[in-house]
Amino acid sequence: MSFLRSFDWFTAILYIILVLFGWATINAASYNFDGASIFDFTRNSGRQLMWFGLSLFLIIVILCIDVKTYMTYAPIVYFGLMLVLLVTIFVAPDIKGSHSWLRFGSFQIQPAEFGKFSTALMIAWLFNTYNFKFTKPFNFLKVCVIALLPVVLIILQRETGSALVYFSLVLLFYRMGMSGIVLWAGFCAILIFVLGVKYSVDTTTGLPSDMGVNLVLLIIPYLISLMLAFYAKNKTVAMHVAVGATITYLFFEAVNHFVPHDFPWRFWWFGLTVSVVATLYCFLLKILHKTRDYVVVGIFSAVFIAFLYMVDYAFTHVLQDHQRTRIEVLLGIKEDPKGVGYNVIQAQIAIGSGGVTGKGYLEGTQTKLAYVPEQETDFIFCTVGEEEGFIGCVMLLLLYGMLVLRLIYLAERQRTVFALVYGYCVASIFAFHVIINVGMVIGLVPVIGIPLPFFSYGGSGLWSFTILLFIFLKLDAARINKY
Amino acid sequence: MQHNFDLEKRRFVIAGLFVVILLIYTCRLFYLQVIEEKYKAMANDNAFLTQTMYPARGQIYDRKGVLLVTNEPAYDLMVTMRNVKNLDTLDLCKTLNITREVFDQRMKDIKNRAKNPGYSSYTQQTFATQLSGKDYGALQPRLYKYAGFEIRPRTIRQYKIPIAPHILGTIREVNKKDIERDSYYQSGDYTGDLGVEKSYESYLRGRKGKQILLRDAHGRIKGHFEDGRYDISPIPGRDLTLSIDADLQAYAESLMVNKVGAVVAIQPSTGEILCMVSSPTFDPRLLVGRQRGRNYRALSANPYRPLYDRAVSATYPPGSTFKPTQGLIGLQDGAITPQTVLHCNGGFRMGNFRMGCHDGVAAWTIVPAIATSCNGYFGWCLVNILNNKKYKSIQESITAWKDYMVSMGYGYRLGVDVPGESRGLIPNAQYYNKAFRTEKWKPINIISISIGQGEILATPLQIANLAATIANRGHYYVPHVIHSIQDTIVPDTFRIQQRTLIDRKWYDWIVEGMRQAAVNGTVRRTGNMDPEGIELCGKTGTAQNPHGKDHSVFMGFAPKDDPQIAICCFVENGGFGATFGVPIGTLVIEKYLNGVISDRRRYLEDNMLNSSTLGNMNFMKR
Repeated sequence: MSFLRSFDWFTAILYIILVLFGWATINAASYNFDGASIFDFTRNSGRQLMWFGLSLFLIIVILCIDVKTYMTYAPIVYFGLMLVLLVTIFVAPDIKGSHSWLRFGSFQIQPAEFGKFSTALMIAWLFNTYNFKFTKPFNFLKVCVIALLPVVLIILQRETGSALVYFSLVLLFYRMGMSGIVLWAGFCAILIFVLGVKYSVDTTTGLPSDMGVNLVLLIIPYLISLMLAFYAKNKTVAMHVAVGATITYLFFEAVNHFVPHDFPWRFWWFGLTVSVVATLYCFLLKILHKTRDYVVVGIFSAVFIAFLYMVDYAFTHVLQDHQRTRIEVLLGIKEDPKGVGYNVIQAQIAIGSGGVTGKGYLEGTQTKLAYVPEQETDFIFCTVGEEEGFIGCVMLLLLYGMLVLRLIYLAERQRTVFALVYGYCVASIFAFHVIINVGMVIGLVPVIGIPLPFFSYGGSGLWSFTILLFIFLKLDAARINKY
Repeated sequence: MQHNFDLEKRRFVIAGLFVVILLIYTCRLFYLQVIEEKYKAMANDNAFLTQTMYPARGQIYDRKGVLLVTNEPAYDLMVTMRNVKNLDTLDLCKTLNITREVFDQRMKDIKNRAKNPGYSSYTQQTFATQLSGKDYGALQPRLYKYAGFEIRPRTIRQYKIPIAPHILGTIREVNKKDIERDSYYQSGDYTGDLGVEKSYESYLRGRKGKQILLRDAHGRIKGHFEDGRYDISPIPGRDLTLSIDADLQAYAESLMVNKVGAVVAIQPSTGEILCMVSSPTFDPRLLVGRQRGRNYRALSANPYRPLYDRAVSATYPPGSTFKPTQGLIGLQDGAITPQTVLHCNGGFRMGNFRMGCHDGVAAWTIVPAIATSCNGYFGWCLVNILNNKKYKSIQESITAWKDYMVSMGYGYRLGVDVPGESRGLIPNAQYYNKAFRTEKWKPINIISISIGQGEILATPLQIANLAATIANRGHYYVPHVIHSIQDTIVPDTFRIQQRTLIDRKWYDWIVEGMRQAAVNGTVRRTGNMDPEGIELCGKTGTAQNPHGKDHSVFMGFAPKDDPQIAICCFVENGGFGATFGVPIGTLVIEKYLNGVISDRRRYLEDNMLNSSTLGNMNFMKR
């Protein structure tokens, strides 16, 4: 009876709600005027129900297995699955260029989906080894190798989207002690890239423009200021930089506007000047205060500026045309309704046409008439958007928000490193799936083909997420026992 | 497990990051679903294909029920730009028999919103209209190869008998103005142009239907929206039966070959137009199909202006056909009596002024004056009318004169149901006051109007209507070409008797004069013009005009006591009224009443069929 009391029913109920909501949505997405039954096993909705039934069976098995088994056999599970992934590369048939499906008669399975829980188990196992200190570079390297092995194997299967999921483990690394500056650097790199590229073309004339570079140069002093405040923990100098930059811009802008002149002002001179001055200021602070932190900030600042010009150069001179087009379409510089952007445009039409309350269940025209490709799998969020509207979408995001926050909460209450690490792996993976999938459908993130957990049609996906989640719930339910 | 509280705090960063991203997504969803409106329209554009279903246009019959105009299938080639994929352009060009340049230009024009304001890549656009059966035959089996191209069946007009283009009119594609004027029309629709196609457009066109189809991402039709609950079936147009007699029309047209002018024949008892010819005419089939534009330009450029409907649009000096009206006014106003004798001294002489007359010195009463068309008599007649003691001044008398004229259908549009009617010109007091810059002008100043010259202008239709009025002894019905409309009644205006201001008794004198003209007057001049066994009443006219040789005019009706047909025949630059007007007019009357031309008059028919007045036209002077 202690199991029933310590089991986290909240998460389990969230799981059931999500799967059933997903099942109904799959029915809507595959519905085609014929009035077919949601239970029809020749249709995806019927099959999904079957996968769900089998998942319930899996759950019982998972909950029955002793916690020690997971902790002990994690490496075997991991390496066993890595072997399967390796074999899959060679034996899997070519399906739309991907070699990731194993076929047993009429039954297909995607091993890459199961790489997630085995990798999570393996990393948890590694952290749980005696006297393991994540901050040691060698240990860090070991964890990275474990996480990157499936990435390589899955990329070789030509399933790039699934491979990217493992990068979500950065969140785990951060929680386990990796310096926050890595996250910060990643964030800044993305910011600089997106802004620099998005505004590198004048959208009205289509000509190259130095607007993107200007914008980033203007922002860099503020990034430095933030780093000085939170990394070097010196709010005074942070203020100096921020206020100094602002006053300089305003002054030059005022002069430019109100003082008649024939001098060909170039705005980026100020951005660059202010950025360089801010960088030099950091090095000056180092000399004055003899702290390493200021050097780090200064180096970051210099790297930002260099990175900016590198991106600019790479984008205009190194990338091939079609690669550039993909990025441009994503960033909204170019419109390409037939090619790269078709899925995204149709997805947004579907969602946008839903309005506040949606068109009603089974009433979505975009869905019924198959305008959105992959609408039962990766683009299933569209069907929610079209038929259930803004309210339905927010409800769904709320459910996922609750799930991920609950998982973080559960992970933090664990008494073993194994369970803590595994829990963070689960939370990171779910968060990554939700953010990338929904972001892709609403046009904020590049199109990366990964499913929406518990929602997208597919037995492999549903089972993999079920296993991932319920192993953790088992660990959580057993937390009171000493193990 | 050791606790590291610094690291435990990081859960808030991780959770916070996730929550912030979800909030950003919520904002994005709010924008997409609540603020931005365009996606709904885009989804509808995607899913709903509204197809117009065109009704069959009403058919047109002649008075005997002979089918004149019907529909035949034509095929428009439509293109939906969004669905055009992997097109073998050269192959399509070869099938359509056009060059690559024409194809590219057409595609460019379709996409050009300035030229094609309703352009959308999601909807069908017209690539080519009215493919012939042959082109369609070549295209149809290959159409599956040209994704995005579809055939839209339409109907175009087919003229069973190539007559009366001015009456029948044609159809054309609507232009921007039509669409602005009438919201019924959409780009690509047809509307009547000229003739009854235009004047009875609202009956002929029927009502368009529409069907709302569901279309999937591959352009496949997945059925009707809501099982067709919002579909509307088209209502076919109503058939028209015209009062035109196709045989008579064809006969009159053949007589008018190589002559410029008009023939209008009216059934006096109803006002129905039996035939109405404007010459030179043209084959209405020229204005059908893909050659329409080219043929239209050629007809427009033709110096004889075949597109111009002379029967209702052209205004001519009516010449001596005007004289009966003057006699009637004089009699009605008491300015003359049937017995009044007025002198002709080789014409009308007053002081130094002389208006010549073809006869010698004579004195006539009204009957012989009409029969011989005496200028002198009618000159004095007008002087008497204008100097009538009944009226205080010439201002009053000319106003009364004008009112009489207007009551006889002159000076204003009669309201015929063929577009483009002119009103002619009957001057009033103001007109002359302005012209002479005084109110004190004299009858002598305007004496030429007494013989239908001077300022007087009338359309052949008005002259024919005068003949009908005289035949009816004082009333007429607004001339019209409509006989009946399927499932409805013809407009009231054509069934109301229009009375003139002249008493019936005075008409008998004029009729007698016109009968005498036929028996031994001007009409008879070149031989017996009485058609076999018919009492003809007629009046010739030889209208002087500034454009060269006189116009030859004839106005008449028959039989005298039970008039079946009233006619005006107007031949530009034809010379004396008796030269062309009388033969053509009487032949048409004979054909209508007897069905055949008597042997005695066969030579006249041959003459008319083979003669030409085109050499008399002086284009340089115009």
